[in-house]
Amino acid sequence: MERFTIVQSARVVPERVVTNDELATFMDTSDEWIQPRTGIRQRHIVSTEDTSDLAVGVATKLLNQAGLTADQLDFILVGTMSPDTLSPSVAQIVQGKIGATNAFAWDLSAACSGFVYTLSMASALLTTRYQRGLVIGAEVLSKLVDWDDRSTAVLFGDGAAGVLLERTEAETGLLAESLKTFGERSEFLTAGQQRNANYFAGELKAADPYFKMNGREVYNFATREVPAVLNEALAKASLTPDEIDYYLLHQANGRIVSSIAKRFGQPIEKFPTNMAFYGNTSAASIGILLDELREAGTIKPGQTIAIAGFGGGLTVGALIIKV
Amino acid sequence: MTEAEILNKVTEILVDQFDLEDGEVKPETNLTEDIDADSLDLFEVLNRVEDDFDIKLAVAEEIQTVQDLVNKVAAQVNA
Repeated sequence: MERFTIVQSARVVPERVVTNDELATFMDTSDEWIQPRTGIRQRHIVSTEDTSDLAVGVATKLLNQAGLTADQLDFILVGTMSPDTLSPSVAQIVQGKIGATNAFAWDLSAACSGFVYTLSMASALLTTRYQRGLVIGAEVLSKLVDWDDRSTAVLFGDGAAGVLLERTEAETGLLAESLKTFGERSEFLTAGQQRNANYFAGELKAADPYFKMNGREVYNFATREVPAVLNEALAKASLTPDEIDYYLLHQANGRIVSSIAKRFGQPIEKFPTNMAFYGNTSAASIGILLDELREAGTIKPGQTIAIAGFGGGLTVGALIIKV
Repeated sequence: MTEAEILNKVTEILVDQFDLEDGEVKPETNLTEDIDADSLDLFEVLNRVEDDFDIKLAVAEEIQTVQDLVNKVAAQVNA
């Protein structure tokens, strides 16, 4: 076991809510179409904030809740696919704004597996070299959405969430993980192609900023590979599916979550969801769900939970955590 | 595999996926119109068919009725 404690969790979502009905006023869609297919009823969309603003909000809440000052942090890691800028990264902006003078900071790019991959990295850092750090998933996906493409526009939302982790002697932390990448299928879910207008060679690549998705391939991928990594992680942890109290899956789509629960042979009650309220917030989704469940007392110390992300890359990953 | 065997297995999958009565699934049953399957239901059915028959169904398959599905499976399985 890699020992760490989840000391605090926090979430920040923009105030502006966009319901399915509002989307229907400018897009050929409806709540009757969106809700049964995705489980989504509404999403939060930024007004003027960018990704780093949401992440700073989370970091500030985490420190306040824990009664700590920013200089007590060793690292700030952010999982995101929608940074304000390529450089500085979101984590670096956060570090500067909160005054975490002793922390190093970097972003991790793994789309909807971003939180899982980042948490895995933090666990490794805490059990080898450091004492305390932040893991945040932060996204403004509304920047990457083609609001004229109803096949993707209805799916995504903005938000951020994270955890404050500390090294510990207690019996809590990472029991096992299974992280996998399928780059040969990367074309099935893409966003944010960078332009190259090389002065010497001319226009090499036009920018293609928007989400593009092959629905069938992504559905296939999620419903097959998530159970596979969950099984692998459970085997490494010498646990059975029954011994997991809750499965926190990336909140992409309610039908994908139920399909995975069914394939896994576990009751749907163990698979809490909240995509109805937030849409797909990529690297922020698991953190938002985790925070809500901790706040409600649903997830509490002593439990064993599985978290699993899946998405662009294509990436997938599962962690088994003793809370 | 005979077409009857394929139809049997496909029927089993559809009955389970959509909570139907056995008699509700016939070769001419239209998946979207008669069973009210949406695109994700179809993905799920195609996945299960691929797994159970150990075949690959191309994404662009034109599958409207149960018979269409049986034909696509037969083409792969008996190739």
